[in-house]
Amino acid sequence: MRTPRGTGTSLKNFPLFGPIAAVVFAFLYIPLVFVVGYSFNSNRVVTVWKGFSLEWYADVLTNDDIQRAVMNSLRVASISTVLSVLFATGLAIGLLRMARAGRTFAWSLIMAPLVIPEIVFAIGTLALFVQIRFPLGVDAITLAHTAFCIPFALLPIRARLRTVDLSIYEAAADLGANEWTIFRRITLPLLAPGIVAGALLAFIISLDDFIVSYFLAGAGGTTLPVYIFGMIRNAITPGVNALSTLLLLVSVVIVTISYIITRRKR
Amino acid sequence: MARRRTASAPRAGQGSWWAGLPGIAYLIALVLAPLVIIVIFSFLSRAKLGVGVKWEFTIQPYVELFYSESLSGERSFDPTYLQIFFNSVLYSLITALVCLALSIPIALWIATRPPKWRTLLVFLVTIPFWTSLLIRTYAFVIILNDNGPINGALTGLGILAEPLPMLYTPFATIVGLVYSFLPFMILPIYASAERFDFRLAEAAYDLGATKAKVLRRIVLPAVRPGIIAGLILVFIPALGSYLAPELLGGGKTSMIANVIAAQFGASRNWPFGAALSVMVLVLVMVALVIFAVVARRSSRRGANQSLESLL
Repeated sequence: MRTPRGTGTSLKNFPLFGPIAAVVFAFLYIPLVFVVGYSFNSNRVVTVWKGFSLEWYADVLTNDDIQRAVMNSLRVASISTVLSVLFATGLAIGLLRMARAGRTFAWSLIMAPLVIPEIVFAIGTLALFVQIRFPLGVDAITLAHTAFCIPFALLPIRARLRTVDLSIYEAAADLGANEWTIFRRITLPLLAPGIVAGALLAFIISLDDFIVSYFLAGAGGTTLPVYIFGMIRNAITPGVNALSTLLLLVSVVIVTISYIITRRKR
Repeated sequence: MARRRTASAPRAGQGSWWAGLPGIAYLIALVLAPLVIIVIFSFLSRAKLGVGVKWEFTIQPYVELFYSESLSGERSFDPTYLQIFFNSVLYSLITALVCLALSIPIALWIATRPPKWRTLLVFLVTIPFWTSLLIRTYAFVIILNDNGPINGALTGLGILAEPLPMLYTPFATIVGLVYSFLPFMILPIYASAERFDFRLAEAAYDLGATKAKVLRRIVLPAVRPGIIAGLILVFIPALGSYLAPELLGGGKTSMIANVIAAQFGASRNWPFGAALSVMVLVLVMVALVIFAVVARRSSRRGANQSLESLL
């Protein structure tokens, strides 16, 4: 196989593209490095460095309100992950068998949360819940998160489904397996890596969401990002950075696992 | 192969269209219904206590977009909201263009690396996207503030006597927006560039075109679909941004989302907030149509054609 690289390197390096690429990579990561770095600052004023300390981590990890917000976040993210993966798996399979018109309709519904500005989605859901008298709080947030997690859960599952060799179904059917057995014994195991990757992505999308949670939180539904927003608004201390670092760490670990899963099984 | 994936001839084990029904029903209830409610609310009256609406038809919320009423009931033209819409579009356009300028070099650079490096580099571009937008925006509160590392370095080195106020300016908002959505521009351009056969560029170069000319006449036309996709993917979410103007603009550079949020918060005017949201949706649709038209026109000019025209 001849890659473009093999054909001579005269043009591989457009002048300045390498250095600009390096600058852009730095731009992508340096802000996060500052967030993490200042979380170890012993000073109250975030950006005035005094000395290394872990006190802010101890501070935030023992705070009752933060623990409650973390529990809310984990609950919302777990339930909306499970729900969105169930819906997405059904959609991935159903989309293949749908007539063209149905597929177009379904596809625009699935992708709508990605195109509609999140603020509009947030206040629309708020208006809906208030109108049908559904109480605001963690359950309201969970229902809304499920909706916009569906596209993120769907994409890896759908990608995986596309690689499945269709004759395998025929073989199973010829050997006497019924629909349910085929789904349980063949489709599901084949889709498993896509489902896991989709679930991981749905989980961090829900965990990191701010705007929708902010509008639907009500009195008792404060999630971690909503809590962090409040801290930023009131008094910025390195505690914000410590909490942010922990949330960053969770996101990076999860997205890396998802990346490894999708790469390995292809 | 002919009967593969036709809806009329179901085959054993591949499941059925109704597997998608629960998901579709759910999305109708939680995506479509909220949008419909927003449109309905935008034609209703303000509730007495401010939360919710009064079920009385009116076009008052749309009138409020252009006119304000004094206490004596006199109506006069008020460009406040038009100005905010204009600013939002302007900031989003600047954001999209800055992202474009940064993304072309990095996307092409990644696309010309050896294949095994590319996936890793692309993964590095996507990681920030998967981290919390709130935290990424907060990062610039730290970096741009008067005691922050940039001002610290500038005053420390004696370049500036006083810290340069950067936070709570339109500049800060735009930097935050660029940072938020940069991966959305890099990835589609890279996707186009990866499919491009760089031997065409080599050929043009060997035939005597300068690197600048190769870039302008061969490479850029080839990645144009990616550029257009990137412009949509950055412009639309930037237009509806809440966090960057809120935390970095400091209220002085409100964008539409902040005004909408205020109507559902302190201002307690839900119908007006709904009308603003409808206007945002209209703007998004107009943007999508413009991009679709541009995309169709540009797709006729493929890489091969540009190579021919160059030769």
